[in-house]
Amino acid sequence: MEKELKILKYSDLPKMIEKFISQGYPVLAPVHKGKIVEIEYVQSLDSIALDVLLSTQSAKKAAFPKVEKVLEYTMNKAGVVQHPVDPADSKETILFGVRPCDASGFKSLDAIFGEGPSDQFYLSKKEKTTIISFSCPVADEYCFCTSVGGGPGNTAGSDLQFTSVSKDELLVEILTEKGKKASRIFADLLTEANSAIDKTKFIADVKVVFDLDSVVAKTTASFGNAELWLEQSLRCIGCGACAFVCPTCACFDFQDEQDTKKGVRLRLWDSCGFSLFTLHTSGHNPREVQSQRWRQRIMHKFAYMPEQLKVVGCEGCGRCSRACPVDMNIKEHLTAIREQVTV
Amino acid sequence: MNDLIKKVTQLLDDKTINVFIGYGQGTASRIRTIFVKNSSQVENLVYTSDCTANLAGYLLKHEVKKIGKLGILANDSALRSMMQLASEFQIKDGEVYVLHAAKDGSFTEFADFQSIEAYLVTIDTGITSDEQERIAKLEAMTVKERWIFWNKEFEKCIKCYACRAACPMCYCHRCTTDVNQPQWIPVASHEQGNLDYHLMRAMHLAGRCVNCGECANACPMDIPLNLLTYQLIAPIRTTFDATAGMKADAVYALSTFKPDDKENFII
Amino acid sequence: MEQQNIYQPYLMEIEKITEEAPMVKTFRLKFTNEEEGNKFSFRTGQFGEYSVFGEGEVTFCVASPHTRKGYIECTFRQAGRVTAELASLSEGDTIGFRGPYGNIFPIDDWKGKNLLFIAGGIALPPMRSVIWSCLDLRDQFKDISILYGARTVEDLVYKNELAEWKERPDVHLVTTVDPGGETPDWSGEVGFVPTILDKMIPVSENTIAIVCGPPVMIKFTFPVLEKYGFKDEQVYTTLENRMKCGLGKCGRCNVGKVFVCKDGPVFTRTQLKELPDEY
Ligand SMILES: Cc1cc2nc3c(=O)[nH]c(=O)nc-3n(C[C@H](O)[C@H](O)[C@H](O)COP(=O)(O)OP(=O)(O)OC[C@H]3O[C@@H](n4cnc5c(N)ncnc54)[C@H](O)[C@@H]3O)c2cc1C
Ligand code: SF4
Ligand code: SF4
Ligand code: SF4
Ligand code: SF4
Ligand code: FES
Repeated sequence: MEKELKILKYSDLPKMIEKFISQGYPVLAPVHKGKIVEIEYVQSLDSIALDVLLSTQSAKKAAFPKVEKVLEYTMNKAGVVQHPVDPADSKETILFGVRPCDASGFKSLDAIFGEGPSDQFYLSKKEKTTIISFSCPVADEYCFCTSVGGGPGNTAGSDLQFTSVSKDELLVEILTEKGKKASRIFADLLTEANSAIDKTKFIADVKVVFDLDSVVAKTTASFGNAELWLEQSLRCIGCGACAFVCPTCACFDFQDEQDTKKGVRLRLWDSCGFSLFTLHTSGHNPREVQSQRWRQRIMHKFAYMPEQLKVVGCEGCGRCSRACPVDMNIKEHLTAIREQVTV
Repeated sequence: MNDLIKKVTQLLDDKTINVFIGYGQGTASRIRTIFVKNSSQVENLVYTSDCTANLAGYLLKHEVKKIGKLGILANDSALRSMMQLASEFQIKDGEVYVLHAAKDGSFTEFADFQSIEAYLVTIDTGITSDEQERIAKLEAMTVKERWIFWNKEFEKCIKCYACRAACPMCYCHRCTTDVNQPQWIPVASHEQGNLDYHLMRAMHLAGRCVNCGECANACPMDIPLNLLTYQLIAPIRTTFDATAGMKADAVYALSTFKPDDKENFII
Repeated sequence: MEQQNIYQPYLMEIEKITEEAPMVKTFRLKFTNEEEGNKFSFRTGQFGEYSVFGEGEVTFCVASPHTRKGYIECTFRQAGRVTAELASLSEGDTIGFRGPYGNIFPIDDWKGKNLLFIAGGIALPPMRSVIWSCLDLRDQFKDISILYGARTVEDLVYKNELAEWKERPDVHLVTTVDPGGETPDWSGEVGFVPTILDKMIPVSENTIAIVCGPPVMIKFTFPVLEKYGFKDEQVYTTLENRMKCGLGKCGRCNVGKVFVCKDGPVFTRTQLKELPDEY
């Protein structure tokens, strides 16, 4: 679809949210929670944190929540009765006020869950989510979106994108059919935009720090470079913070929970950073030490995914680095791979 | 600072140690742990008032230990962690070279555990006044209010286990959380799973927590977890006259019966 | 659009339980829903996720041959949580099964060739499926030899079938136990699998070798095969890594860029050599 440009007044944003809600669309948006910013259901614009660079966690939970029921069953004398769980049981939702890297992060999840037999738990929720992103007027030292093919005004993955073009006006880019549909809900608040408007003037300048093709090639060649991975990860303590806040990490676990008569199987976030992730019951572990697990993190995103799924598993949002308790900075580590590895 | 650099250079050059665990400059204004393996890397060491992290946890990391003989820049918290770890047979006297960084920025070498113990009795091992205030607030709450407070905090938890990974005392080879026969703690990060995990962790740290605050600092979701374990410090002290991380040969208060133990809390 | 729950298992009734060896059992499973059973098909080499409701899922290969319809079998060793629970079940109980997953032993390509099966310990189950699949189509292959070793006589699984293969003139079966594992009336070989293989003087010409067993056994068996001229593409094996989804999504079973669940578990030695050491 050809993109359409409109103008929306800041002062009309509360009305826009009201319209979504009154027409039955739940709205998910960033919300201040003490020092962190969560993505949560909101009832009005007041609670939405539009002033922050990025929410602490990514927006992936809109389609891939940390805990999700995939099976339900009851036990009786005759055996087990399964009560089908409908993967498509979710509402059309507006994901509002996220950043371009959140929106484009879904393309990694789309690839993983869509490949082969498709995972409808994710796909149908994603399909029913309309993403309204805000371009970034500022960035910080952790951001490196422009080095991985994105950018502060990148529209890939967004259905609508808002850019602040003056104190009281937002440029609205209608990018997809889904976006078009959502824009009809507040069409009366929109006015025509001057098509000559230069969006780049209003967004942050994020410097490219490395050449992606080269990082991918060098990462791909580095499986056996134990020294590199050890050097980079010596301070890594093997938690799940980086993977859990990451918009593209998709790894999961299943766990059953039941009382005497009924039970559920839950799908839970998991991370390649945990030592248990690959531990065989025999005690053997193919990724025994943290440097091997760090290698997996980087190689999965920058070697395996580009080759197998034709998508780089990183949007350069820098969340992992902000969340890391020991300041493992992925931008710095990728730059080091670019500089240190020769192929 | 120059003293530190000179000292570490000498330690590495004369092979007293193979790696020195200290602080370096991190992203923007953050401080991070660095591992100095030769004298050319010594210049990367920094020491400022922001160097508050407890580095003792790295003394147990397999890949760090494999480098060889370890030296560490230990602040007060790290010293206490080391004493607690020693009392739990995780580190031995003489195994680690200890350079102590005092709050005033001076550095002292500690020759053995005994000298660390002697130093520790001279310092204030209590929690900060800010933390005291927060705990007082919690204790002033009704049980129901406190329950609501913690449930609200735990709601944010994503079970990334950064708190456990950051805690020098959470070194168990297989944490209770990871045991699945039986499954003591629900793995899921839902209400029950989060609550059970945090209560279990707090209980396992009762009498062992050295109030360094690493767990809360590590938490990406800004949950003040340290208050849970800190709340247990006072009762352990008054009931058993025990403070964690003061003596390398201490016996663990909660697993040792002494005839003069107070028993009034049982009934 | 199709809105299928790919994680929902079939319900299976345990029709028959066979005690194979200490801690090792075989379950014969039939589909509770007959229609599902009729639609189901698999190829030898594939595996599935078996669930004990309330405990979780566990990965086993399908141990029965694809030439036999209407049921599947699995043979498992009691190891951890789910297998312990499975071992406590009785005939008539219900479990779940998701599958079949993974790639196959390409037995169609092996027509007209000699087959040499080499198995150690509990690794006979994946092999048993392909052995029977080939024996059920016996005239399509030339010589079939089976070398099977276990720690002790007691640990040998499928004792009845071993006896049956022993009797067959069209199968050359050699069984062996580790030194010290023999009983007074043991008539088979004594020695580790690679040593016995060396003694057998295997012929590599027009032969496919299928090797399954513990990592050490595999490690020492490959050089023996090499010695007798087996080329890498003549040698097949299977890999195991911890699994959850079986579908290339949960992210844990990869060996480099390859997912064992999706791209394996069957690999030729040529493929194996291209994989990094991550299994
Ligand atoms: C392709 C393939 C084929 C196989 N075929 C066979 C076969 O034919 N026969 C056979 O005997 N074995 C087979 N195995 C091995 C078998 O899968 C393992 O022995 C089995 O998984 C042990 O499961 P368990 O539940 O008993 O062990 P447990 O270690 O108790 O594991 C229980 C389940 O929970 C998971 N788990 C354990 N701890 C945790 C934790 N803390 N957090 C999250 N999850 C956890 C495990 O991954 C597992 O899914 C095969 C393996 C593979 C990969
Ligand atoms: S790896 Fe880090 S920077 Fe890249 S998308 Fe994930 S959280 Fe963002
Ligand atoms: S393998 Fe690691 S890096 Fe890749 S998606 Fe899973 S958790 Fe993220
Ligand atoms: S990189 Fe940081 S967040 Fe990720 S596992 Fe290591 S310590 Fe945890
Ligand atoms: S670090 Fe925070 S979010 Fe992570 S498990 Fe601990 S309390 Fe939960
Ligand atoms: S088992 Fe989930 S990816 Fe292979």
